[in-house]
Amino acid sequence: MSNINNINSGELKLTPREEAVIKRYEISKHKNRPVVNDYIYKIFDDFIELHGDRGFSDDKAIITGLARLNNICVTIIGHVKGKNTNEKIASNFGMPHPEGYRKALRQMILADKFKRPVITFVDTPGAYCGVSAEERGQGEAIARNLLEMSRLKVPVISIITGEGSSGGALGIAQANKVLMLENATYSVISAKGFASILWKDPKREKEAIIKQKMTADDLKSLGVIDGIIPEPNEGAHKDPATAAAAIKTSLELHLEALMKMTPDEIYEQRYKKFRSMGFFNEN
Amino acid sequence: MLKDLFKKAKYISVPMAKRAINEMGDGDNMEEYIICVKCEKKISAEQYENMRKVCPLCGYHTRLYAVERLEYTADPGSFDEKYNNLQTLNPLEFEGYLEKIEKLQRITGLDEAVITGFCRIGGRETGLGIMDSNFLMASMGSVVGEKLARLFEEAEERKLPVVIFAASGGARMHEGIISLMQMAKVSAAVGRHSDAGLLYITVLTDPTTGGVTASFASLGDIILAEPGAVVGFTGRRVIEGTIGHKLPDGFQTSEFLLSHGYIDKIICRTDIKKALAMLLRMHGG
Ligand SMILES: [Zn+2]
Repeated sequence: MSNINNINSGELKLTPREEAVIKRYEISKHKNRPVVNDYIYKIFDDFIELHGDRGFSDDKAIITGLARLNNICVTIIGHVKGKNTNEKIASNFGMPHPEGYRKALRQMILADKFKRPVITFVDTPGAYCGVSAEERGQGEAIARNLLEMSRLKVPVISIITGEGSSGGALGIAQANKVLMLENATYSVISAKGFASILWKDPKREKEAIIKQKMTADDLKSLGVIDGIIPEPNEGAHKDPATAAAAIKTSLELHLEALMKMTPDEIYEQRYKKFRSMGFFNEN
Repeated sequence: MLKDLFKKAKYISVPMAKRAINEMGDGDNMEEYIICVKCEKKISAEQYENMRKVCPLCGYHTRLYAVERLEYTADPGSFDEKYNNLQTLNPLEFEGYLEKIEKLQRITGLDEAVITGFCRIGGRETGLGIMDSNFLMASMGSVVGEKLARLFEEAEERKLPVVIFAASGGARMHEGIISLMQMAKVSAAVGRHSDAGLLYITVLTDPTTGGVTASFASLGDIILAEPGAVVGFTGRRVIEGTIGHKLPDGFQTSEFLLSHGYIDKIICRTDIKKALAMLLRMHGG
């Protein structure tokens, strides 16, 4: 019992690799971590924001619009997290309601119609957990996006820039290529949630960060992501322009390859990629 | 294989309601009663079994084992079980996970949290998946995701509809992000099956939450639900913790979903097979 208490109080013996994982986690949570608006204007030209889901409202936790990446017209979708208190409240801290997912879906369907690639920026603590979200079908909204994204015949690239948590992240991340900034995280649940549910002890957050394999290199070896985008030393917040440039380079590379594929090949590649995910033996 | 399943399940099948012997009679007409967990009234065990474990007084739908559900749904002898040869691995090397799975396999007689296969319902051939909340809350890990994806793919090949009885606590946290990816995998397989012009019916049962609600459970062409089933995305306690007060009774029930337009119909368990057979027939199955 005393051992477990030691772990709880944070006296974990960590290997250098584990220390590095914790460090990345902390960088991902840095208060000056760049948000989607920092990246859009640095990477794309002529961004024009388009609003609303045509059903209920315009969810400020998700931004959608059109822009050019060099000479290619693309659809942009991203979770919005504000930088100051007002912005944070306006964007509901990056937690979309169902209408946010439906707004994203509307733009994805249009992208498919006009045959332009979709670029999504993923940065959310999760889909909003509240009465209004349940009343308006949060589960259905995310499910619908998963189904419809699987059908798209245009290239979809997702970049996890901050925290990609749970179905709220996946709801705009079922992409042909899923890329991750070096210090971003992607997981089924927050580290604290993982510790609470599986160990009944939210204080074991640090262990959960390591155990859950939520950082980019772990996810790359699990086959969940396709590429890691390097960040400036000590993190993207130290030099957002360099981080944005690295994202742009990576986008150009992956988009060029995807645009050589036929619509059917694009569909098949995405289908097979997610179809192959799972760890089991066949007897 | 399936025969073993039935035997085991019968052996361990303890209804949620407490059994009690009525000793008020003089011994000759001793009848077996059970106490309903919902209304706490005495009900005849025979009547309760005849009503497929629905309380005849208050209509409470007791949670079922998947094999019971199978017995109530598939035409006798028609079920051909599939994909029960998949063995869960441990991608996070989570302590005790595989031991937990093995123990549940022994106790429940199931290989994982969902039974999948093909059967006839009212004479119509269909793919069938039944989740069992007694198996780690029917959370969705790699094996559950794989069995369901294969079911949709084989149904697509054979040009058959699919019926899924959903019940789940959500993602299988022990498998971390791999469990999240199952949502994408199964939803994409649903899409492919749908694009082939085939029918998919979901029946939501108590409880259906989290990542299963946010994937295949919400994607049926027709979505039915049992009365009073809890169905939602975020668990009630988490929402109460976020908003700081109690939620009203009836929040996140089948009736709540029906009134908000998210399901097609609430159907009592005793009528579900009839409804499924009719819907399958109407879609030319
Ligand atoms: Zn009752």
